[in-house]
Amino acid sequence: MAHRITSGWGLHPRLAARVHQVRFPEDLRTLVAAHAPLLAQGNCRSYGDACLAPQVASFLPLNHLLAFDAERGVVHAEAGITLDKLLRFIVPRGWFLPVTPGTKFPTLGGCIAADVHGKNHHREGTFGRYVEELDMVLADGTCLSCSPTQHGDLFWATIGGMGLTGFIYAARLRLRPIQSAFIAMRALRTANFAETCRVFAETHAQYPYSVAWVDCLASGSRLGRSIVMLGDHEQVAEASSDPLLRAHSSRSLAIPFHFPACTLNRFTVRAFNAAYYHRQWRREVCTRIHYDPFFYPLDVVAHWNRIYGRTGFLQYQFVVPFRDGEAVMTEVLTRIAARGSASFLAVLKTMGAQEGGMLSFPLAGYTLALDLSLRDRGLIPFLRELNQLVVDSGGRNYLAKDAILEREQFEPMYPRLQEFLAVKRHYDPRGAFRSLQSERLGLS
Amino acid sequence: MRPRAVILGARSAIAQALAELLGTEHGYDLVLAARRSDQLRPAAADLTLRAGIRVDLLEYDALDTESAACLVDRARGDVGDFELAIQVFGYLGSQAQAEKDTAELLRIVHTNFTAAAVALNHLAGYLAARQAPGGIIGIGSVAGDRGRRSNYVYGAAKGALALYLQGLRNRLAGSGVHVLTVKPGFVDTPMTAELEGLFLLASPARVARDIVRAYQRRRDVIYTPWFWRYIMLLIKAIPESRFKHLHL
Repeated sequence: MAHRITSGWGLHPRLAARVHQVRFPEDLRTLVAAHAPLLAQGNCRSYGDACLAPQVASFLPLNHLLAFDAERGVVHAEAGITLDKLLRFIVPRGWFLPVTPGTKFPTLGGCIAADVHGKNHHREGTFGRYVEELDMVLADGTCLSCSPTQHGDLFWATIGGMGLTGFIYAARLRLRPIQSAFIAMRALRTANFAETCRVFAETHAQYPYSVAWVDCLASGSRLGRSIVMLGDHEQVAEASSDPLLRAHSSRSLAIPFHFPACTLNRFTVRAFNAAYYHRQWRREVCTRIHYDPFFYPLDVVAHWNRIYGRTGFLQYQFVVPFRDGEAVMTEVLTRIAARGSASFLAVLKTMGAQEGGMLSFPLAGYTLALDLSLRDRGLIPFLRELNQLVVDSGGRNYLAKDAILEREQFEPMYPRLQEFLAVKRHYDPRGAFRSLQSERLGLS
Repeated sequence: MRPRAVILGARSAIAQALAELLGTEHGYDLVLAARRSDQLRPAAADLTLRAGIRVDLLEYDALDTESAACLVDRARGDVGDFELAIQVFGYLGSQAQAEKDTAELLRIVHTNFTAAAVALNHLAGYLAARQAPGGIIGIGSVAGDRGRRSNYVYGAAKGALALYLQGLRNRLAGSGVHVLTVKPGFVDTPMTAELEGLFLLASPARVARDIVRAYQRRRDVIYTPWFWRYIMLLIKAIPESRFKHLHL
């Protein structure tokens, strides 16, 4: 078995791993018996070390649709299927993902393990809410189906459980009906953070999808200035016709190599941020756009992570409760602006109530996600200071994006941790499922 | 009526990529024949749902050459017909072991040549008698172009298969049944997963695309990826007196 260099989407850390291809469901039992400890690995779209382990079971070959209930809109599929493949099947049939992250390349299993959220979290919750059933292969090789009503402890530990409770072989996912593949979008330019928050508050009831792109290098009175994007699935008067339900096509661009060190610096990134902000010169724009550029704007550029060069980058995402949310967010944005840390994309969103998974990330409050280049050598200590701010305000970091969190900071962030560990020990007493992240955070 | 193809050795990675391509882009109904064919149920369900084609699974052990006589009837099944037969199964085995162990030697030769020839013999008989356009695709290997110390047992069997296909092509030339010989280089499949230091590794999907395109264009012999034709030309051009001393 050849070793391969593996990494998450942030290209940091990297690990030489033995990659076992899981070609048939039966292989899962053989693998866990012969090669534990190991980790299920999908398309490596989490950013840090959540998808890394010295031995991994690659689920990419397990990517089959097993059944589709066209009446109820429930799809049963193997965990290695990507959202990309799923969308190509469901959109022409008038269905859409109930919740989608900002890229269509993660696998179904990865979305469940990270209990991902999307632009509609404030209204529709996380991915896990729509999972009706999981078909699992446990540490002792037994196959078990679980759902909210059957082995509920295993189910809610697995939703958001980072693949540490067992192999997710397949899942049933409830879809949402659509009449059109297009999104009616409204984009608003705001002058500062307070106005951004106000726009969110005013529009939430009206729009299922909302997100703000923040110019996080703007400071002073312009701190937190944003473009807020709001949207809903287009409603069609008569029964939907074919071209309206067109799925996305394949991407056309790619970053062919790692960008050299000089390309990204505070001047180029500041220019990019300012240009992006001023691209929308009107305060408000209403338009109609296909779901692909609306939800997955970066997917058109394959390997866009290479623009950060070989050293890679960290994506830093946290959520803080509404209570002190504006103050904490202002403090974080001020520190980032002062540091001048390069970030192309800072994404701000408000989240709805916490639910479901024991280690699920979302809680009611503001969440901010930033890409930060690791060329900044002081970055990790700087982010650990921010982590402390997040912990102190009752917030938490997102495990799917994390590569640097420390155990002392992690434990208070996730109050249901002990409950999770109890379930983990029950179904995986010998710690057969481990990742670099789980070792760092004491999750295995 | 959709065209229908039989794939022998359907659990292999190249076969799965071929099934995907033929099913989703070319509208073929498929017969997937393999050992432990029940493992192909998810793949069959997937193709049926996405491509709207019919997929039949056939339990088939190539080394059981006795039962190959009913292969054609079982593949025709209640549909009654097929027009394309693709032989994909193969066994790389271990050269070192084959040098010491006759059982391993026979397994390599039988899987890659004897069993393939037996199956193709039956399939060719049926396709030739149909009096309609059809095709046979056989998967050889670049290893069959020249005997090398590192894998000459496998290479000999694949080379023999290439000769067999060449003769079959000659025999069927007037019948409307086209015969395509495929010589893949290194492909990223379970067969090569244990080998270290491979270069120019091609994906099964890429190899499948090359195969289907070559079949549509009625090519006789293809190398996939294409550059292997030139690599093998060079390797074949080395005089034997020199070649025998090389470590390839």
